[in-house]
Amino acid sequence: MATTYKPIELVLRPHKGWQAIDVGEIWATRELFNFLVWRDVKVRYKQTLLGGLWAVLQPLLAMLIFTVFFNRLAGIGTDGPPYPLFAYTGLVLWTFFSNSISMASNSLVGNQVLVSKVYFPRVFIPLASIGALLLDLLVSMLLLIVLMFWYHWHVTAALIWFPLYVIGTILSASGLGLILSGLNVRFRDVKYAVPFLIQMGLFVSPVIYPLRYVPARFRLLMGINPMAGMITGFRASVIGGAMDWPLVGVSFATCAVLFVGGLYLFRRMERRFADII
Amino acid sequence: MPPIIEVQHLSKKYPLGAARAKEDSLRAIVMEGFKSAWRTVSGQKPAGSEDDSGHIWSVRDVSFEVNTGDVLGIVGVNGAGKSTLLKILSRITEPTEGLVKLRGRMASLLEVGTGFHPDLTGRENIFLNGVMLGMTRHEVQAKFDEIVAFAELERFLDTQVKHYSSGMYVRLGFAVAAHLEPEILVVDEVLAVGDMAFQKKCLGKMSEFGQGGRTVLFVSHNMAAVENLCQRGLVLSQGKLVLDGSAKEAVQYYVHNIASRSDGNNTNKVDLRNAPGRRQRMRSLIQELSLYSAGQRPVNGLLPIGAPLKVRVKFELPPSTPDFDIRVNFLNLFGQLIFTARSSYEPQRTWDTRSGLQSFTCDIPSLCLTPGEYRLDVALVLSNSLVDYVEHAIALTVIESDFYGTGQPPNIGLCVMEHHWSDSGEGEAEGRQAANSEGNEARRHFAKEGR
Repeated sequence: MATTYKPIELVLRPHKGWQAIDVGEIWATRELFNFLVWRDVKVRYKQTLLGGLWAVLQPLLAMLIFTVFFNRLAGIGTDGPPYPLFAYTGLVLWTFFSNSISMASNSLVGNQVLVSKVYFPRVFIPLASIGALLLDLLVSMLLLIVLMFWYHWHVTAALIWFPLYVIGTILSASGLGLILSGLNVRFRDVKYAVPFLIQMGLFVSPVIYPLRYVPARFRLLMGINPMAGMITGFRASVIGGAMDWPLVGVSFATCAVLFVGGLYLFRRMERRFADII
Repeated sequence: MPPIIEVQHLSKKYPLGAARAKEDSLRAIVMEGFKSAWRTVSGQKPAGSEDDSGHIWSVRDVSFEVNTGDVLGIVGVNGAGKSTLLKILSRITEPTEGLVKLRGRMASLLEVGTGFHPDLTGRENIFLNGVMLGMTRHEVQAKFDEIVAFAELERFLDTQVKHYSSGMYVRLGFAVAAHLEPEILVVDEVLAVGDMAFQKKCLGKMSEFGQGGRTVLFVSHNMAAVENLCQRGLVLSQGKLVLDGSAKEAVQYYVHNIASRSDGNNTNKVDLRNAPGRRQRMRSLIQELSLYSAGQRPVNGLLPIGAPLKVRVKFELPPSTPDFDIRVNFLNLFGQLIFTARSSYEPQRTWDTRSGLQSFTCDIPSLCLTPGEYRLDVALVLSNSLVDYVEHAIALTVIESDFYGTGQPPNIGLCVMEHHWSDSGEGEAEGRQAANSEGNEARRHFAKEGR
């Protein structure tokens, strides 16, 4: 019998410092990633009464509340579109982003067994929890279409750009999610800080108010918040309205930095996960 | 052909208790930052070096090679570094020093049913777990029926796993793992769970696996399984590799030099306050154990079959403890629990709420174990929770004696038991009538009464 010796050799040794993500390994094990996404989708609304309806209820209820309090009572107006439509457009991305951050940051700690008893690329755990939320994002975007028909609002050619902003949102949510999930393994403080950060985030992103409420000299600074640019751009492409290219540009840069930085930071932190989780 | 696994000078260091707590709280890190800033400003030297004092080497300078087709057993007491070694080999944690070269597809089974989600059904979990352990979806699909049949869970496939009994859970978990086809299989102590019949089935599957020319690394406390299953054996002790030989040698070495290495070998009394066999995270409440036979004669590690044995345990109780249970477990050197003597089994209790130092004696009128070496573990349970557990508290050798009074010392099986044989009178008798043969000569007296 011929010896079928395969020259694949895996060397396990201590690592120090920064390492790039192992793309080959991730590609080879992508099937597990799909399964983890599928698991998170299946499990998320188990034992809930309303199930997947929560995907639309969350932004829809927030839209109603914002319309009553900020539009009717506080008098915040828009630069054209009806306020409910305006608020909902922002909420579609914001809900996805904030849910992603809170789900991802708790994902590793919530899957301790997977970290300490079996090996696969650890990035799968936080990323799968975000991947599972893409379904909710899709559902809430379908409702956006319904709302646009309801308000007889017409789209423009700018619509073709909207996927860019969705991708930017996914990248920044992934980057932040990776960083926070890794930090949470070591510092459980993250668990308490995240809800607060998300609350803050809502106020520094133009979800409730249009960009004209922000003085022009603060716009670039605002762009450091990736969601400021993504929401502005998404809204402009879907329902029209004010566009601020410098702000959106800064936000795209932040998205890219967050994503790449998140991957590297995670890789660095991941080596100790099993020892300290 | 190079070895399929090469381990070179592998070491793994873990921070120990205090050092770890210090490192892991954000507040502590901030405080430490302030302190070191203060030291810089005030010119003070830091107190003590953090170097090795706060660390433990769980694996220390271990080197070995495994060839394709080897079935390797790894034995050692708790905390010897077996699990850490497997965790490094399975890539769960990185070594601190040294390296490992793997030249084959590996699957590791450190726990049964890893990644099972309680809300998913059996069917769904088979796929999830299979893919997690390294199979492709198509492989799971192809083996699905086999897996289900092996687990004997056909009827519960579409039931959520959270409704499974623990036995069913383990069966499903092992069934998935048993159908992996890696070149290297790493298994950690997973057979310690599940019922006997299923354990046997798993061992059968594993030996099949080994005979198929694949490489197996197997950690177990079950010496019989190691001896049966493996050709090669490694013995780890305090993180170091102390023996690399045949499985038989490893088991022998473990039994004679490690498991029975107790300071109490030639004495009847052992101090357990700093016993090495105390399990992790246990409170050091059990203080002393001593053995006596009839009439307070000390037992120095040797006892004839069927002799009386008194086990005296001294332990400390927190103030006003209403509910405590002190337990002595008898295990053979295969790690099999033979029996457990518990103070809570005592029908005529003369104690209730107690505080402070206690001394209790367990009186066994006749220790009916077959000749061989045994170890005694001591446990203290307060209000149904285990607070102290000392493994290998003392070793005891039961020596041959004429228990049945026939000149034939019993030496096989696990225990001896008083029993009688008689002719039921329904068979054919030689010469006499069957009824007459049912005489007194068939009755025997037992040696026990003479002791």
